[in-house]
Amino acid sequence: MKNENIFIDPQLQKRHLKSKIFKLFAFSSLLVACLFLVWFLSDMVNRAIPAVKNNWIQIEVTYNETTIENPRKSIDKKYRKIASKAWLRDIRFYVEKHPELLDTTTLTWVLADDQVDQYIKGHNNRLKSKQKKIVDNLQESGKLESRFNTIFFTRGDSKHPEYSGLLSATVGTILTLLVTMAFAFPIGVMTSIYLEEFAPKNRFTEFIEININNLAAIPSILFGLLGLAVFITLFGMPRSSPLVGGLTLGLMTLPIIIVSSRAALRTVPDSIREAGYGLGLTKWQIVKDHVLPLAMPGILTGSIIGLAQAMGETAPLIIVGMIAFIPDSPTSITDAATVLPAQIFTWAGMPETAYIERTAAAILVLLVILITLNAIAIYLRKKYEIKW
Amino acid sequence: MKSKNIFTTDKKDTKEKFIKISLFLSATISIFITFGILYAIIFEAIRFFDMQSFWYFITGTQWSTEAAFLEGAGRVEDASGVATAQFGSIPLFAGTFMITFIAMLVAVPIGLFAAIYLSQYASTKTRSIFKPMLEILAGIPTVVYGFFAAITVSPLIVKIANYFGMDASFNNALAPGIVMGIMIIPVISSLSDDVISSVPRSMEEGSLALGMTKAETIKDIILPSALPGIIAAILLGISKALGETMIVVMAAGLRPNLTWNPLEDLTTVTVIIVDALVGDQAFDSALTLSAFALGLVLFFVTLLINIASVYLIKRFKEKYKVSNL
Repeated sequence: MKNENIFIDPQLQKRHLKSKIFKLFAFSSLLVACLFLVWFLSDMVNRAIPAVKNNWIQIEVTYNETTIENPRKSIDKKYRKIASKAWLRDIRFYVEKHPELLDTTTLTWVLADDQVDQYIKGHNNRLKSKQKKIVDNLQESGKLESRFNTIFFTRGDSKHPEYSGLLSATVGTILTLLVTMAFAFPIGVMTSIYLEEFAPKNRFTEFIEININNLAAIPSILFGLLGLAVFITLFGMPRSSPLVGGLTLGLMTLPIIIVSSRAALRTVPDSIREAGYGLGLTKWQIVKDHVLPLAMPGILTGSIIGLAQAMGETAPLIIVGMIAFIPDSPTSITDAATVLPAQIFTWAGMPETAYIERTAAAILVLLVILITLNAIAIYLRKKYEIKW
Repeated sequence: MKSKNIFTTDKKDTKEKFIKISLFLSATISIFITFGILYAIIFEAIRFFDMQSFWYFITGTQWSTEAAFLEGAGRVEDASGVATAQFGSIPLFAGTFMITFIAMLVAVPIGLFAAIYLSQYASTKTRSIFKPMLEILAGIPTVVYGFFAAITVSPLIVKIANYFGMDASFNNALAPGIVMGIMIIPVISSLSDDVISSVPRSMEEGSLALGMTKAETIKDIILPSALPGIIAAILLGISKALGETMIVVMAAGLRPNLTWNPLEDLTTVTVIIVDALVGDQAFDSALTLSAFALGLVLFFVTLLINIASVYLIKRFKEKYKVSNL
């Protein structure tokens, strides 16, 4: 029967259907965004899994004066393409640790070359069929072992993928971020205290505020140009050093810290300040002893988030030369250094396939650190949040 | 006459003044940074335009720097063999805009509709699941996106293009464009979410009370009111895409190429800046300085876009008297 109610629009059903489709469409957009994330993460994990293990072969190694001088001679000719050159180069240190080995020929577990590694993992490799046979024989006789890849965490960069790790880049990252925070944290907090507590409302204050907003939106690569032109060319600071990189990142982190610190200072209610005035405290005493401690959790949260952002930044660091080949960890902020994202960038550009899995593994390490930092920030905010 | 007030001491006053001045000085540092950037870039750019024609830089369609590269590397005698360097930036900017356009094609619809769902439909629980996921998307370093674009998305696009019988370069513009779009989704969605959420509830309720469906309310009432804020969010996304470096350095090409075909390889302003500054070039060579000239243009373009974006947000805030944006 036809509905006689005049208030019901005959098109109502169609309109409701449209409304539902709209909702579905909106939801699917959200889903697509999240599917991208899932696709990306699963792709990275898939690529990184092979890097968890590396391969070792048990072969005879001769330890004597000549082989320490010329490590390639320490093993049988047929293994030379199979054992890692970079590992053999370090047998000097191995002998120093085990002096009893000198002038002997001993069965030793030797790191396999990256091509062997790729062959065993079933990837593309450049091994010849003769070499593949040797590897197969070793494998059958139990003289080939896959172990957890500790080299990845205990060694620096290397031109040989099987012997390259993240240590030097990690140390470089820590030194760089120390400089960044030493620069950006005090200045950022002081700026926000000035703007929130002391600044008169005038044109100049407004100008500073607009300036900070713009600074936050300047493309990061331009900070690299600043670092190159001012810190390196004008001030003569050493290229590729954590000092220059840290300061450049500090300039970028500054607006993030200022914005979050101001927000934190603003949440402290005026009653606290007024109580201070009532007791005859000066403005600075109120800020230093009462407002700042109350705002500190918020300021720290913002700073950690800024730190995490600085940690993932690559473009300005490339411009100031922090993509150099750094096998040994830097020891001071003026040494040449590289950072984790820059290491990822260098490895990603390498032709050897073994670097791909290491790049993906380095990416996962970086992501884990970043997510941990953000989790700490969220935890701090939740724990110390005060409801006024 | 000296003040005899026992509650204040001169010592306290000087200390207070000293602190206030040092706080003020640190606040002015941000201004020094902006002008430092401007000074550094303009100064070097002027030196570039001393050597090269400014007019050709902004209108020329040839960017070939081989001769300048050889000169900068101290091999003047080799440079005589190749054609003189030409610094026409049109192909670079065309490439930048092409990739930005692709990125916005991905980011605007997905980001906007994700924001609509989050602010209008999602329950608190759904929000608490999806919002952090978008935040993770925003927190991924760009070098990681670049690796993803180069190693996964680009080969995939080549495969799909070949399947349809088209030729695609492994350095095609589509891969960095799409991945950049993914990166910008959270930029657009989070600001749009805030803006849409702060449209006064009374407007929405009025519309619902008149018998409009939820979708009609959103389309005809909420979105038009939130439009300035949404445009601001899109502008912010564009400015981010224009200045993005790592994704294009890793996934786009190095060949300046004036083309409409996103499957071809092309290059962008930021790629050329990085390319010119990495390597052993003399600091005052035309090639190195050209990076600063490009940086100068990039600086002003992004600055203008940001100012427009801030202005739109300000107008939105004033219109609806929102303060928490």
